[in-house]
Amino acid sequence: MTTLTAPARAVTTAGVEDVRPVRRRLSPGTSIRFGGLIGIALLLAAWVVGSATGLLDPRTLTEPWTVVETAGTLIENGRLQESLVTSGIRAALGLGLGVLVGTVLALISGLSRIGEVVIDGPVQVKRSIPTLALIPLLILWLGIGEPMKVITIALAVFVPIYIHTHNGLRSIEGRYAELAETLDVTRSEFVRHVVLPGAMPGFLLGLRFAVTSSLLALVVVEVINATSGIGHMITLASNYGQTDIIVVGLVVYALLGVTADSAVRLIERKALSWRRTLAS
Amino acid sequence: MASYARELTPAVKVQNLHRSFNEAGGVLNGLDLDIAPGEFVALLGRSGSGKSTLLRSLAGLDRGVAGTGRIEVPEKVSVVFQDSRLLPWKRVLDNVTLGLRADDAAQRGEKALEEVGLAGRERAWPHELSGGEQQRAALARSLVRDPQLLLADEPFGALDALTRIRMHTLLRTLCEVHQPAVLLVTHDVDEAIVLADRVIVLDGGVVRHDAQIELDGRRSVADPAFARLRARLLSELGVEDDHDAAPGRRTGSHLGERAAS
Repeated sequence: MTTLTAPARAVTTAGVEDVRPVRRRLSPGTSIRFGGLIGIALLLAAWVVGSATGLLDPRTLTEPWTVVETAGTLIENGRLQESLVTSGIRAALGLGLGVLVGTVLALISGLSRIGEVVIDGPVQVKRSIPTLALIPLLILWLGIGEPMKVITIALAVFVPIYIHTHNGLRSIEGRYAELAETLDVTRSEFVRHVVLPGAMPGFLLGLRFAVTSSLLALVVVEVINATSGIGHMITLASNYGQTDIIVVGLVVYALLGVTADSAVRLIERKALSWRRTLAS
Repeated sequence: MASYARELTPAVKVQNLHRSFNEAGGVLNGLDLDIAPGEFVALLGRSGSGKSTLLRSLAGLDRGVAGTGRIEVPEKVSVVFQDSRLLPWKRVLDNVTLGLRADDAAQRGEKALEEVGLAGRERAWPHELSGGEQQRAALARSLVRDPQLLLADEPFGALDALTRIRMHTLLRTLCEVHQPAVLLVTHDVDEAIVLADRVIVLDGGVVRHDAQIELDGRRSVADPAFARLRARLLSELGVEDDHDAAPGRRTGSHLGERAAS
């Protein structure tokens, strides 16, 4: 007979016995609420302390309260809103165009062998060329106006949309297509009920990458040459050594990114509700 | 139903069917088979005997497979697969009525779900159902189309033993109501005897054994006739030492596992 070892822990709450063996925990344990925000708060605190004690030279990075003041001034004279609207429209147009083109190409390429032969090769080649390397050519073709900027963003966006939507389409299991055949559904019903919902997870993943790509392209085209927009505001401030305005611009970019990402997550929650219940 | 009428107009007529996946040899080698309207046929056979190939031929799902022969099937054919194949992104009712072109598709879908015991689960997602419930939904999806021929490829193979027994009862009831011709592919001899009017054993790509089941009323494994039939079918399938038949110990007999050993 084996000997009984003493219980590892004996907790007695309100006279109710709770004796159980407890193993030493090796995993990190339960997560901390609002944990993501604590790191940010710590970083902000370090900035405040650094500026207040003079450890941080204002020429390197302005004091946080100056940034807040500058933001107030920029909002008061309307420059910030104006730049934000300009940049926002640029990014949205480029994103919209890129998403449309990427999705349509992925559908054509995913649903027909001829489409795949014609489209997939060129897209894979385009994928290996960084979009930003195309800017000199685009400037020659389209000038330095808005069309060049929107097209550049669209070119950066359509690749992840195409890749992930196409991948999503191709990973729909063949057995579902077989089922659809036995149910005698039409081709359009097949696309509507099987292909599009089946490719939706891939598309939404692509969309999240696309949003990041669109902001990256936006920053580059605005810094290269622009007479308006957040990037223009930052470039101008850089020439005059105004780190406070640069920081305001960066904060706006961050807000744009976070907002866009949350929007995509929201869409994901709505569109993939059949999956969410699985995760919970 | 009068038996002479059955013989005159079969629901399924297969003549001299050949199918092969490579040059080495055929999977089906000149198979002939008739199934009468409303007749429940169970198709037994070892792994690789061609039973799934035959079912897929009847379902029209063997595009690109080399072969010759003649197949006549009714206009309305439904297939039930081993997996339920419910689209995970569609709610149960939408899965059942998928591709159903009728003004009252939703009502018919609800009625079919009620028939299989899934009333009230119309708005559930497929993954919220248990394995047995998913297969019930798949049955509803087939029956809502009023099939003249129901093809079932080991539909209960992935279910646990208790659920399988319940599904047998359900399938028998449904078939009595809807009267489709049924071809059930299975490797479970008991399942074949409990459900079918006729059992066919496939071997080497032809029908090796074809017998009406003469058991009356409630088919019980305790019935000596049941045991005799079971032993005969098992021997047709090449299993002689049926230790499952020993008294006091009886479970489903899965040929796939034993034939392999």
